[in-house]
Amino acid sequence: MTSTGMITPLAAQIPGFTPGPGWNLIADVQGMLRFAFMRNAFAAGTASAIVAGLIGYFVVLRESSFAAHAISHIGFAGAAGAVLLGFSPVLGVAVLSLAASGAMGVLGKRLRGRDVVIGLIMAASLGLGYLFISLYTGNAQNAYSILFGQIFGITTGAVVITIGTSVIVLAVLTAIFRPLLFASLDEEVAQARGIRVGAIGIGFMLLMALAVSEAVQVSGVLLIFALLVAPGAIAERIARRPAAALAISGGLAVLITWISLALSYYTPYPVSFYVTSLAFVGYLAARAWTAWTGRAGRARRLAPPSRGHHDAGVRATETATVRT
Amino acid sequence: MRGTQPFPPAGPPAAPGPGAVIEASGLASGYGGKIIWSGADFSVGPGEFLTVLGPNGAGKSTLLRMMLGLLPPAGGTLRVFGGPPERGNPGIGYVPQRRALDPDLSISAEDIVGLGVDGHRWGVRLSPRAGRQRREAVAGALAAVGASGYARRAVGRLSGGEQQRLQLAQALVTHPRLLLLDEPLASLDLRSQQEVSQLVADLRAEQDFAVVLVTHDVNPLLPVTDRVMYIAGGSVSVGAPDEVITSENLSRLYQAEVEVITDSRGRVFVVGLEAEAAHPHSPATTAGAQS
Repeated sequence: MTSTGMITPLAAQIPGFTPGPGWNLIADVQGMLRFAFMRNAFAAGTASAIVAGLIGYFVVLRESSFAAHAISHIGFAGAAGAVLLGFSPVLGVAVLSLAASGAMGVLGKRLRGRDVVIGLIMAASLGLGYLFISLYTGNAQNAYSILFGQIFGITTGAVVITIGTSVIVLAVLTAIFRPLLFASLDEEVAQARGIRVGAIGIGFMLLMALAVSEAVQVSGVLLIFALLVAPGAIAERIARRPAAALAISGGLAVLITWISLALSYYTPYPVSFYVTSLAFVGYLAARAWTAWTGRAGRARRLAPPSRGHHDAGVRATETATVRT
Repeated sequence: MRGTQPFPPAGPPAAPGPGAVIEASGLASGYGGKIIWSGADFSVGPGEFLTVLGPNGAGKSTLLRMMLGLLPPAGGTLRVFGGPPERGNPGIGYVPQRRALDPDLSISAEDIVGLGVDGHRWGVRLSPRAGRQRREAVAGALAAVGASGYARRAVGRLSGGEQQRLQLAQALVTHPRLLLLDEPLASLDLRSQQEVSQLVADLRAEQDFAVVLVTHDVNPLLPVTDRVMYIAGGSVSVGAPDEVITSENLSRLYQAEVEVITDSRGRVFVVGLEAEAAHPHSPATTAGAQS
């Protein structure tokens, strides 16, 4: 414990902590990984970041980021309920977010005012979660960690479950990759080509629920949006090939998680703060990059051939009468 | 109502023949027990160009959805390549109504076309031979529609006409025997409308597929279409353009007096349908609306 009132890293309280980082990256990594809690954090963080990045690309392509956001908040009610009943909060997130995403997948795009319905269910779930927390008489830290993540406190058993879930999600994603990409980019043609776009949509929502349940451990339900959507949004802007986009999205999510874990190890600030900040800065950088290259690309292009100069009056008459 | 007749239908189909791409007899369209139109008897032969006309909401797109096997006929029979319509028929290329793409979407044009090759398959593509065949098919389709110049550009940054050509390439990459196009000319300027019409006609001449094209404006297609189908007022009329688009025939379909006017350049105009046109002879215009 420090008595000077200076802000110090949490890990400094543990015997064997080396202040840093120094100039030797390998020594720093070795220093961090001497601790079991850091090894667990890196293992679970990497497994959940890969899945969040890959699923996040499709979330952006399918314009489902509001649904992803809502699912994590609905999961909060599950987490709080599980804590109240004495189960693992992550299990609670998984159960309720799977149920919610399945329902959203079944409703699909048919439901008019879908955003209103999702938003209301999300608010009701948050309220319910708050009720569960106020009923819970145990350690309030549990609830706090659901909201903001608790990756440094993850148990070895939870690490194994997280890695296993990632393997399942990756296997299913590999199996449905091409139809999912087709349905995400052009649903009507995909349907005409015989793809069951409804079933693919439900399957994807369930994968998203699993990805959310994993990533909640890193960034918490309130901040999960950054890890789930920012890498995918960056990849959508800069990658030409779908495979490259997935590699960029997954790679960025892992990189953000690793840097955040390391920064949080050496500083007194929480992991999820770094995750959200890095994701935001990365997205701004990608926007700046595409704005720059886009302007250069437009300047290189020849001036477009002049479109027909129709007399406005003639054209208006044509469109008014030809439309039958 | 002809849509409920027993089969075979009493009336002879328009042009029956061996190996017809599409044969319809007493065909009716509708959802959930409600009939939109009925009594369509027609066939489309190999390599034939049929343009489907009619006002908004007349049920033009549902005709395409029935051919794709996405919607069952509400009555009568519809046969595609001699069999019942089925989803995922590889002999059909489909270009739906164009929707605005996300301008941030950076996926390349050739990947969009490549979806037409193997986008419906499970799993990921591993074999290098399949990858090579896919690249060759995509390059061929892009060249056919004149889109090779922007094969590697981000689709989100392409113009509406360029995106239209990509959709066409995606539909043609599997060399279908039937091409279905839903409003391919909507939201294009007049020059692009003529270009796309001519492109479809040229590709049909090269590759010999039949075309069913839905539009609300027949003029850009008059030089290239073989026959037209006019859907209005719950009825269907099929034939050569100058047989179908006549004042008498359309007045019968609409069950209202309409007039077909041909201008000096051969363009046809149907007048007397929209109140906002405020035409003196318009049956839809009430006396009070004539200011």
